[in-house]
Amino acid sequence: MRAAPLLAVDGLRMHFFTKAGVVKAVDGVSFTVGRGEILGLVGESGSGKSMTGYSIIGLVDPPGRIVGGSIVFDGQDLTRLDAAAWRAVRGNRIAMIFQDPMMTLNPVLRIDTQIVEAVRAHADVSRESALARAREALVRVGIASPDERLRAYPHQFSGGMRQRVAIAIALVNGPDLIIADEPTTALDVTIQGQILFEMQKVCRESGTALIWITHDLSVVAGLADEVCVMYAGRFVESGPVADVLDRPLHPYSRGLIESVPSRNARGQPLRQIPGMTPSLLGLGAGCPFRERCASATARCAESPEVTEPAPGRRLRCFHPAH
Amino acid sequence: MLAYAIRRFGQSLFVLVLMSFIVFVGVYAIGNPVELLVNPQADEVERARATAALGLDKPFLEQYWVFLKGAASGDLGRSFVYNVPALDLILDKLPATIELAFVAMVIAIALGIPLGLVAGLKPDSAIGRGIMAGSILGFSLPTFWVGLVLIMVFSVQLGWLPSNGRGDTLAVAGIPVSFLTADGLAHIAMPAVNLALFKLSLLIRLTRAGTREAVLQDYVKFARAKGLPQSRVIGVHVLKNILIPIVTVIGLELGSVIAFAIVTESIFAWPGTGKLLIDSINQLDRPVIVAYLLVIVTLFIVINFVVDVLYSMLDPRVRLGGAAASH
Ligand SMILES: Nc1ncnc2c1ncn2[C@@H]1O[C@H](COP(=O)(O)OP(=O)(O)OP(=O)(O)O)[C@@H](O)[C@H]1O
Ligand code: SF4
Ligand SMILES: [Mg+2]
Repeated sequence: MRAAPLLAVDGLRMHFFTKAGVVKAVDGVSFTVGRGEILGLVGESGSGKSMTGYSIIGLVDPPGRIVGGSIVFDGQDLTRLDAAAWRAVRGNRIAMIFQDPMMTLNPVLRIDTQIVEAVRAHADVSRESALARAREALVRVGIASPDERLRAYPHQFSGGMRQRVAIAIALVNGPDLIIADEPTTALDVTIQGQILFEMQKVCRESGTALIWITHDLSVVAGLADEVCVMYAGRFVESGPVADVLDRPLHPYSRGLIESVPSRNARGQPLRQIPGMTPSLLGLGAGCPFRERCASATARCAESPEVTEPAPGRRLRCFHPAH
Repeated sequence: MLAYAIRRFGQSLFVLVLMSFIVFVGVYAIGNPVELLVNPQADEVERARATAALGLDKPFLEQYWVFLKGAASGDLGRSFVYNVPALDLILDKLPATIELAFVAMVIAIALGIPLGLVAGLKPDSAIGRGIMAGSILGFSLPTFWVGLVLIMVFSVQLGWLPSNGRGDTLAVAGIPVSFLTADGLAHIAMPAVNLALFKLSLLIRLTRAGTREAVLQDYVKFARAKGLPQSRVIGVHVLKNILIPIVTVIGLELGSVIAFAIVTESIFAWPGTGKLLIDSINQLDRPVIVAYLLVIVTLFIVINFVVDVLYSMLDPRVRLGGAAASH
C-alpha cells in the first residue's frame, strides 16, 4: 500500500460557458502525483493541458468554471476552498511556470520587486530576508552574480534567463508542487536542454513534485516518472513512463509515440495520426477519438470507462492494444 | 541627455518661428484693425496717422520682421486696444486659465482612472456598462450645451452655485488662486466640471482599454499564480503598466485643456486667457492674438518635454534602453 499521493485529481471537469455554447475544455481527467514525483502531462494542442494546470492552481477565469471532480492536495479538496484559502496555497505550496518567458515577468517592475513580493505574500518577513531568499533562489537556478541581476529589469535578460527567473520565483517559497506549462517550448534547443536538466535537478534535490505539461513525448521520456495522456479534454491513459512509452495501450498514445522520431526506427517513414482534433464546442458522448481510430467499432459511440489493465496503469478504451 | 535636450530646444524654436509666421499671415487676413479703432467720422489724414502709429503702413514682410526682432528680446508687441504690452495682458490672465485647467484635469484623473479600472475589470457588469454609457455621453454632448445645463440647474433652479466670475482669490507666491477660498471653490466648481467632462470620458476609455488588455497578459496571471492579493495585482502589476500611456495622454491633454478652455471660459465668464482671446479677436487686437497663440504653443512644447521625461522614467525599457540585454 503506497502512501497517500500529494495530489489526486479525480474526474476533473472544467467547462467554458461561451455565447456559442459549452466548451468542455477538461472533461473527466484523473491522475495522481506522489511527493517528489514528476508527472508528464501530454497531449496535442488544445487538448486541455493548460486548463488542467490552471484548475489545479485555481486560476480559471470566467466564462470558465470547474463543474465537477475533485482536486485533493495534501488531504484538502482545493475545489472547495474560498478565495482567501486559494491565495494562501497559490505560489506558496503550488507554483506554476508558463510557456512564454518573454511575457511572464512584468516589464515595468524590477526582478527583486517581483521575487520579494512573492516571498512576502506568504511569509511575514522583512524586505532584507526576503531579498536573501530571492538571491538564494536565483543561485539555485544557475544565475551568476545574483545581486546585480536582482536590480535589473526583465528586458535586460534573454529568454532563457527570464525563464530561470520565473523558475526561481516558483521555487522561492519551497512549494510541494510545481506545474510547468511547456516552459521550454519558446526557447532555443540548447537552452531547452539546460532548463530541463536544471529543473529536474532542483526538484529532485528539494523533493518538489512536478507536473510537466508538454506535447513532446521525447521530453517526457527522459524526465518524468509517470505520464498521463490527454485527448480532447479527456483522460486517455496513464502509467509509469517507461511502460507507457514501450507498450502504449490506447490507440491514440500509440499513434503519438509512433509519430516521434526515434533512434531504432531511423530511415522508416514516420506515421501520422490521420484526421484532426474534434472541436470541443458541443462535443457529445462517445470516445472523442473514434473518427481517427483504426480500432473503432460501433461500441465506441458510447463513452468508455476508465479501467486498470495492469497494476499502476489506467486506460480509457474499449479495444486496447495487447 | 544633454544633446537630446539641445536638439529638442532647436526643434521647438523652429516650431515657434513657423507658428508665428502662420499666425501672422492668419491675423493679417482677418481684417484691418484701424477700421475698428478710429472714430468712424475720422478723416483720411487721421486714419493714415493711426495706421502709421500701429506700424500697419509697412509691407507685410517688414511688419513680420519687426515682430520677430521684438519677439527675440521678449517683446511681443503692444495691444492696439489697451496700449500695454500684449504679453503682460496674457500673463495677467494666464493663472486663472491654468488653475481652471489644472482643477479640471485633477477631477478627470481622480475620477477617470478608478472608473476606467472598474469598467475594465468588470466590462460585462451593470456598473461597467453604466460607466461606459456615461463616458459616451461625456464624449458626445457639446461643452457649451453641458455648460448651459449646469448653469440652469445649479445656478438658476437650485441657486447653489454662482454662474459667472472667479470669486474670491488668495495669493500664493504672488499668484492669485481660487481653490483656497470657499467662494472661489463655489465659482470654480461648475466651469472645472464642464471642462473636465471630455477629458474624464477620454481617461475612462483609455484606462478601461488598457486594463482589459493588461488583465489578459501572462504577467498578470503569473502575479496571481504567486498568490499576491488582488489589490496588489491590480494596483501594482496592472496599474503600473497602463499608467505609461495614460501619463502620456494626460500630459498632452493638459495643453489642450488650457487651449480649449475658451468655450468654458466664455460660458462662465471666467476671467482667463480664453475670454481675452475672444475679446481680442472681436476687436482685431492682432498683437494679443499672436502673443496668445505663441504662449499656448510654448506651453504645449514645455508640457510635451516634461511628458517625455516622465514617460522615460516610468518605462524602464525606454529609460535603460534595450541595448543592455544580456544572455
Ligand atoms: N476563454 C475561452 N473560452 C472558450 N474556450 C476556451 C477558452 N480558453 C481556452 N479554451 C479552449 O479550451 C481548450 C483547451 O485549451 P488549453 O489551453 O488547455 O489547451 P492545451 O492543451 O494547453 O493546448 P496548447 O498545447 O496549445 O497549449 C481549447 O480547445 C480552447 O479552445
Ligand atoms: S474507445 Fe474505440 S474509438 Fe476510442 S480509442 Fe478505443 S477503440 Fe478507438
Ligand atoms: Mg497550453
